[in-house]
Amino acid sequence: MSEKTDVWQGTLALMVLKTLEALGSLHGYGIARRIEQTSENKLAINYGTIYPALLKLEQEGYIASEWGISDNNRKAKYYKLTRAGRKRLAQETQKWETTTEILARFFAPLEES
Amino acid sequence: MNVRQIRGWMARFFGMLNRGRREREFAEELESHLAMHIEDNLRGGMSPEEARRRALVKLGGVTQVQELHREQRGLPMLETLFHDLRFGARMLFKNPGFTLIAVVTLALGIGANTAIFSVVNAVLLRALPYPEPGRLVRFWEINPGRGWLEFAASAPNFADWRKQQSVCEQLAAYEFNTFNFTSSGEPERVAALRVTANLFSVLGVAPAHGRDFLPEDEKSGRNHVAILSDGLWRRRFGADPNLIGRQIQLSGESYTVVGVMPPRFQLTQGTELWTPLTLDPAAQPGRANRHIHNLSVIGRLKPGASLAQAQAAMDAIARQLEQQYSESNTGWGVRMSTFYDWIVPEQIRRSMLVLFAAVGFVLLISCANVANLLLARASARRLEMAIRAAMGANRWRVMRQLLTESVLLSTLGGLVGLLLAFWCTDLIKASTALNIPRLNETRLDVKALGFTFLIALGAGLIFGLAPAWQASKLALNETLKEGGRSGGGKRQRLRGALVIAEVALALVLLVGAGLMIRSFTHLQNVPLGFAPNHALTMRLALPTAKYGQGAPRVNFFDQLLQRLRATPGVIDASAINDLPLAGGGSWAEEVTIEGRDTAPSGTPLPADVNAVTPRYFHTMGIPLLAGRDFTEQDRGAFWLGESPWTLIVSETFARRYWPNENPIGKRFRFGANVFGTVIGVVGDVRGLSLEREARPAFYVSYGHFSLPALTIVVRAGAPLEAMTAALRAQVYALDHDLPVYNIRPMEQIVSNAAGQPRFQTLLMGLLSAVALSLAAIGIYGVMAYTVTERTHEIGVRMALGARTRDVLRHVLGQGMKLVLIGATLGLAGAFVTARALKSMLFGVSPADPLTYAAVTVFLALVAFAACWIPARRATKVDPLVALRNN
Repeated sequence: MSEKTDVWQGTLALMVLKTLEALGSLHGYGIARRIEQTSENKLAINYGTIYPALLKLEQEGYIASEWGISDNNRKAKYYKLTRAGRKRLAQETQKWETTTEILARFFAPLEES
Repeated sequence: MNVRQIRGWMARFFGMLNRGRREREFAEELESHLAMHIEDNLRGGMSPEEARRRALVKLGGVTQVQELHREQRGLPMLETLFHDLRFGARMLFKNPGFTLIAVVTLALGIGANTAIFSVVNAVLLRALPYPEPGRLVRFWEINPGRGWLEFAASAPNFADWRKQQSVCEQLAAYEFNTFNFTSSGEPERVAALRVTANLFSVLGVAPAHGRDFLPEDEKSGRNHVAILSDGLWRRRFGADPNLIGRQIQLSGESYTVVGVMPPRFQLTQGTELWTPLTLDPAAQPGRANRHIHNLSVIGRLKPGASLAQAQAAMDAIARQLEQQYSESNTGWGVRMSTFYDWIVPEQIRRSMLVLFAAVGFVLLISCANVANLLLARASARRLEMAIRAAMGANRWRVMRQLLTESVLLSTLGGLVGLLLAFWCTDLIKASTALNIPRLNETRLDVKALGFTFLIALGAGLIFGLAPAWQASKLALNETLKEGGRSGGGKRQRLRGALVIAEVALALVLLVGAGLMIRSFTHLQNVPLGFAPNHALTMRLALPTAKYGQGAPRVNFFDQLLQRLRATPGVIDASAINDLPLAGGGSWAEEVTIEGRDTAPSGTPLPADVNAVTPRYFHTMGIPLLAGRDFTEQDRGAFWLGESPWTLIVSETFARRYWPNENPIGKRFRFGANVFGTVIGVVGDVRGLSLEREARPAFYVSYGHFSLPALTIVVRAGAPLEAMTAALRAQVYALDHDLPVYNIRPMEQIVSNAAGQPRFQTLLMGLLSAVALSLAAIGIYGVMAYTVTERTHEIGVRMALGARTRDVLRHVLGQGMKLVLIGATLGLAGAFVTARALKSMLFGVSPADPLTYAAVTVFLALVAFAACWIPARRATKVDPLVALRNN
């Protein structure tokens, strides 16, 4: 696995966690759509890539899944955050904020000059 | 790695199970995903086809997503390995013949390596069983001028070393001794040591029961205490814990048992009892004599001291003693060596390494053979490989599959080899007559198992790599077009190269074995100087407490020998203090010849001495060349003038010290100030070892020198085994408490003297035989395969008029060309490597042309036979059938 995909997978995982935090329980298709919509279609992902990411999060215990019934009466697999997932999201959010803040300081004076 | 990641890996590990259910579940999930997406698209106004197509495109392809999901679900690397293993096992089962040959070949190579490794491990690698063994050293007195480089120390010199040295924490000494052990049960001869009280603490070993010796135990009058070996304690006292403090009878005297050593303690081989060594000259005048050398000295270096420093310091002490006691110490020095060098001598190390190298060669030949088998099979599997490649397997994947198969094969070989090794190590261990130190510690331990595993793995990679590499760079299109037939020239060249290597390696081993066999036959044909057949020997030691010295001893042996000679089946009986080749101590003296004792020649005249009873030469078959034998009248204290002192000299003695003179009637002396008269000359005898030429020797009459222990030789007309009981009965009739020990046929003593060369020769011969068979199988395999591959071509040749003879010559020529190249390389290799054998050979040069020639011809004949069978088959090709089949 190259470094690039690692970064992408990490980011994707974070988006998945954030989406589930916002919407509670949701199926794979819903999560993929929601990510695309949130990015205002700037992020065009293959919906398929969401599934290995979901599986990995589930294997590591950040999310849990169960079969349920969708709005249009379809059987679908629903994912939701676990306690570990919430904790990780909080940590990641914090980390993300710190990183962006530091980076912002680097970029701000550069733009001024 | 944090908890979550570990959890993830665990989940993936278990994700490999229940594959079907998981697949179905994910398929369902994807189905519902697509259904939802299509519905959304339909709502957006697309046509059904368009809605479906868009959903699929957006997903990124169902198969691809499933593949990604699968990879995340389990552990793909592991799953591939399992798959490869399963497939490999299936392939091996499908070709049981191939598998059997490969596994047996490998088992021979790996098993032999494991067995020899476990021996090497026990003898060379395993640390000596003492704490910090690197600091233990052995001391010798040396006299380089007389060629004595490992001589025992005299008691006063040892005392001076002990006082003056500062390189060791402590010095300790011991002296060999034997006791007649008469407590509880049959009388028995027990090998013992007299030791300084600190010996065990210098070694760093304490008794397992009871106490160690104390300094006051060395004092005369208090020294009747003993420590027993674990073996003796168990054998004679049933491991009785109450034995400590009790009295036991040793050679008619009472000793108090104070301790029992731990089970594996063994400083000197066979020792079962230790008593204190009393060095007080007041108690024993001999202890003040610097001419009497009989102490073995050991020490423990101070931490951080090097052997070289210690040696320098001891040299200084020895030089000072030389000046101080010039009469006794002139020419004498000290030599030190590490315990390891003492216990595992250079000679043994060398022979072990040679065997290890030889067995390594055998493994390489096995590998070459299996590689050849695999190459042949790879040709048959070309189509399979091509199809795999066409289906998208990359080169690495194909290689990995083939390597997995070969490692599987070598693991099987390793397992069977391990069984072989178990059996071999038992066999090697059972041969106690080999005189190899620490051999009895040989066992298949964790290290040996690890070694087996490693070489099995290594072998699998070595023989698997070439075929795997070949298979992986397959020209896809051509192979598929040809339908997997015909072999490339390159493949053929590789197989040829492997055969050449096998022949070369086998020849190197054969030359080694040939040289050893020649050396061994030389050793067997050495003129011994006596006739070992139909002679039985046994040893007796008269306890001084009962028999005293002088006349009573002589009378006892006179009586016993008379009784023995009268026993039915006995032709003759006599005795000697140290039987030739029996490995006993040697008694050597410097003689002074009458008329030359005042000459300032300065050259010492050393000679070996033995005390014998009358008729010894006759019993042993040693020819009496001139003069007469000793008689019962040659006895008594000649130094008091009770009888004339008579001597018998060996041929070499006579020739060297009285060249061109008649030795009979000449006189010489040693030790005492009295001259003895030579009354006879007898033939030379190999005394110390088979290899060493006879040295000047002379014999004194037992009637003059009554030593406490003698070895009795009985020449018998009846089978020896049947005689033993009768002879023993004669001894017991005279003294019921006297143990008879070391009852051995003389032939066995001679055979034991060649124990180590026999062991080497046997193993080397065995290994080279295995190597030769493997190489022959290899040659046969390649030629047989070539003939099969070329059936068509041979058919065409024959159709075009080639005669049987031409075909035969063609095929044989091809095979023998490989053999010739291999043999040339092998001869060159043998010439270089055989030099390592030099010190192991007797009477043969490492470049002995006869051996090289004989071995090469032998190999060529075997190789020719291996080529002949396939060549014959080639001539049976029916051109019509061959052509029609194509």
